[in-house]
Amino acid sequence: MSLPTQDVPPPLPPAITDRPVLEADGVVKRFAGVTALDDIRFRLRPGESHALMGENGAGKSTLIKVLTGVYQPDEGELRFAGAPVRFAQPLDAQRAGVSTIYQEVNLIPLMSVAQNIYLGREPRRLGLIDYRRMNADARDLLSTYGIRVDPARALRSLALGVQQMVALARAVSINARVVIMDEPTSSLEAKEVETLFRVIGLLREQGIAILYVSHRMDEIYRVCERVTVLRDGRVVHVGDLDELPRRELVSLMLGRTVERSGGQTAFADEGHTTAAPPVLVATDLSRRHQIQDISIDIRPGEVVGLGGLLGAGRSETLKAMAGVMQLDRGSVQVEGKTVRPGSVPAAIRAGIVMLPEDRKSEGIVPELSVRDNIVLAALPRLSRAGFSSKRNQDAVVDVFMRRLRIKASSPDQAVSELSGGNQQKVMIARWLAMSPKVLLLDEPTRGIDVGAKAEVQALIDELAAEGLAIVLVSSEVEEVVEGAGRMVVLRDGRVETELTGDEVDEAHYLAAIAGETPHQPGAAPDEEQGETP
Amino acid sequence: MSVIEPEAGPVTTAQVTRERALGVVQSYGAAIVLVLLVAIASVSFPTFFTVGNLSNILTQSSFILIISIGMTFVILTGGIDLSVGSMFALGGVLAAQGSAFGLAGALLLPLLVGIAVGAVQGALVAWGGMAPFIVTLAGLLAIRGVALQITGAGSTTPIIRDELTRALGQGGIGNVRWPAIIALVLLGIGVVLLTRTRLGQGVLAVGGSESASTLMGLRVGRVKFSVYVLSGAMAALAGALSAAYASSGVPTVGVGLELTAISAVVIGGTLLSGGKGSLIGTLAGVLLLTVIQNVINQVGNLSSSVQAVVSGAFLAVVVVIQTVLSRQQRL
Repeated sequence: MSLPTQDVPPPLPPAITDRPVLEADGVVKRFAGVTALDDIRFRLRPGESHALMGENGAGKSTLIKVLTGVYQPDEGELRFAGAPVRFAQPLDAQRAGVSTIYQEVNLIPLMSVAQNIYLGREPRRLGLIDYRRMNADARDLLSTYGIRVDPARALRSLALGVQQMVALARAVSINARVVIMDEPTSSLEAKEVETLFRVIGLLREQGIAILYVSHRMDEIYRVCERVTVLRDGRVVHVGDLDELPRRELVSLMLGRTVERSGGQTAFADEGHTTAAPPVLVATDLSRRHQIQDISIDIRPGEVVGLGGLLGAGRSETLKAMAGVMQLDRGSVQVEGKTVRPGSVPAAIRAGIVMLPEDRKSEGIVPELSVRDNIVLAALPRLSRAGFSSKRNQDAVVDVFMRRLRIKASSPDQAVSELSGGNQQKVMIARWLAMSPKVLLLDEPTRGIDVGAKAEVQALIDELAAEGLAIVLVSSEVEEVVEGAGRMVVLRDGRVETELTGDEVDEAHYLAAIAGETPHQPGAAPDEEQGETP
Repeated sequence: MSVIEPEAGPVTTAQVTRERALGVVQSYGAAIVLVLLVAIASVSFPTFFTVGNLSNILTQSSFILIISIGMTFVILTGGIDLSVGSMFALGGVLAAQGSAFGLAGALLLPLLVGIAVGAVQGALVAWGGMAPFIVTLAGLLAIRGVALQITGAGSTTPIIRDELTRALGQGGIGNVRWPAIIALVLLGIGVVLLTRTRLGQGVLAVGGSESASTLMGLRVGRVKFSVYVLSGAMAALAGALSAAYASSGVPTVGVGLELTAISAVVIGGTLLSGGKGSLIGTLAGVLLLTVIQNVINQVGNLSSSVQAVVSGAFLAVVVVIQTVLSRQQRL
């Protein structure tokens, strides 16, 4: 990208650019026995823009937290400008010259722009804060980045993009030599993204190293020159981005090679396809910064896989359909009737139920029994005049425990004592007790062991065969590819493409994720394709 | 060069205007109502706007004002200090005991104990990760117990015999008594501390967003610790001055005073959730509560319970406004 250079300090001499400014060597981080980072070797050179990529659980955020002093490594060492360092807290990292801007703007909304920039290091005169100088300094600093704003204004009165710029200005003005950006564009408008990229260019010319974390392929290829790919807590690739085709990057992140064949899950070989009219029709689901114009329809008896990388909008789309998320635009119809948007009860009444991604925090009630967990949602229907009949409950619970093969000593056993797979089945049973028409599954087999996984997968097949319409989201490529009869692939919050019939395989899927689809739905902007190497 | 102009905010102009109007009501509401009430009372009751009565209001306000200064800092961090009523009583008892060693003893003994108790509570909140409500509730019970214990379960009331100490409570400059002067001086110091020092900025930042403050490298623990120490010291000092005014340290005074102080702070426009507020607002809040009481006394045939109803109603209005405001802020 071309940069205006007239108002930029001269770049640092090239002599230092070869020595890494920030290094991690053999870094290991464990949480309660689980290894989150394993023998991480990472180098960041002055003036470079380095992408950190990886899927959910790859260890990206843990690594960032280690580099910024939020966590301390259990093994290995960090080096800053060649010297070993130990960051006991974020302040230590900031003092050394490692600044971070986060996905969510981490500033104080009620305080002014200038107060935010200089918090903790306010200019003082005679021991008292010199507001006039602070505001003047803030104004000058921001104008360097092309931001004109009254520094005395409360931060929260500004657009998110400007807030992000203020965070960046703060980060850089703390004498930063490394700026870590964690999903910095997730809440920015296109114009603001341009400004951010321009600022990144300015910073690099000053010899500041950028560590850039994002799920957006286009951005990565545009802003970054090198990449470190993490998977399952390990570094699986380090190299130049222009030598790495997108599809290969996706394969590295997902740990899949295109050649590998399927047949590893418990799904039946053929996806279910029916000619029945769609039970659910979602049209133009949109919410600022999250999803754009997503339209999907699902027929009874069909398993539709919703694909894409983390952050592509998969969970958001499910939440939109289940009424959990408010929409800016778009509608959901079940059997031709429009469901009131943004209302979970309305969605449930219409027959749409969702199994959330995080069953621990959003789903089961661990202290309650299997029986109570199953009948929780159906309670209003099993009750008469506010009293629930235990006999009715028992009948329902009995049916589902047998049908889903839930292994519990009795219906009265606490759910927390069950295995992950059985907990998941209890969750499914709860929603099946509502006699749904559409079942939305977000990562239904995450965190459960292999055997239970196969059972849950077989169960999904069975339910579809019985006529339930199912939408499946899974980070595991083979699970979604083999489980689904049809796939809708999302990218950056839009529908990238739809795969049907023979196209539902890993090769097509990975290509679609990487944005290498030959045929494009109208929704995706053309410019994004121009960047494909 | 593309320039980002801030006007493209997520909120519309109408919303901003509405929010500003509510903000003004929140920040200056107590002061506006105070002025109106004083004006009406002055016209209605000939005995209201007299030097004697105004001086009286000022003295009555001074003790609660000193406590409320500390409370404002605590609430601004998003915390609460329920122990100030008990600390007020203990401060008075200790001042009476310390007055045996003259004025210095009468002031230093309660101050040191107040600081020590505040330090313990502050440390538990700041580094022990305990909820301020629970920590200071324990303080409320325990400190009152200590005050009673010292005085033989309240059977004896330490009398202040030291003339200088008595003069501190009862003397003054002209018609303004020392406690009122001290309270106003402390208020001035507090304003500077809050608005012009890094500690003050830290207090606002921690209350505004604790997690962001941590990530911005602020020493959050130190900030929290400081405000409880300040609050403990202020409550003890207020107790000492009150004892000097009454010439005795009574261990049973100040019951429920923490709630009065919290009301005054909130009525003064400080967000109960922290991060925004002012000491001038707190001054208005304290004076308003005292004036309401005074006016109701002027009416004569109204019982003091009416005062509680009026104060309560006012507090409710303020909290409703705060809730509406914070809801809008989430947009």
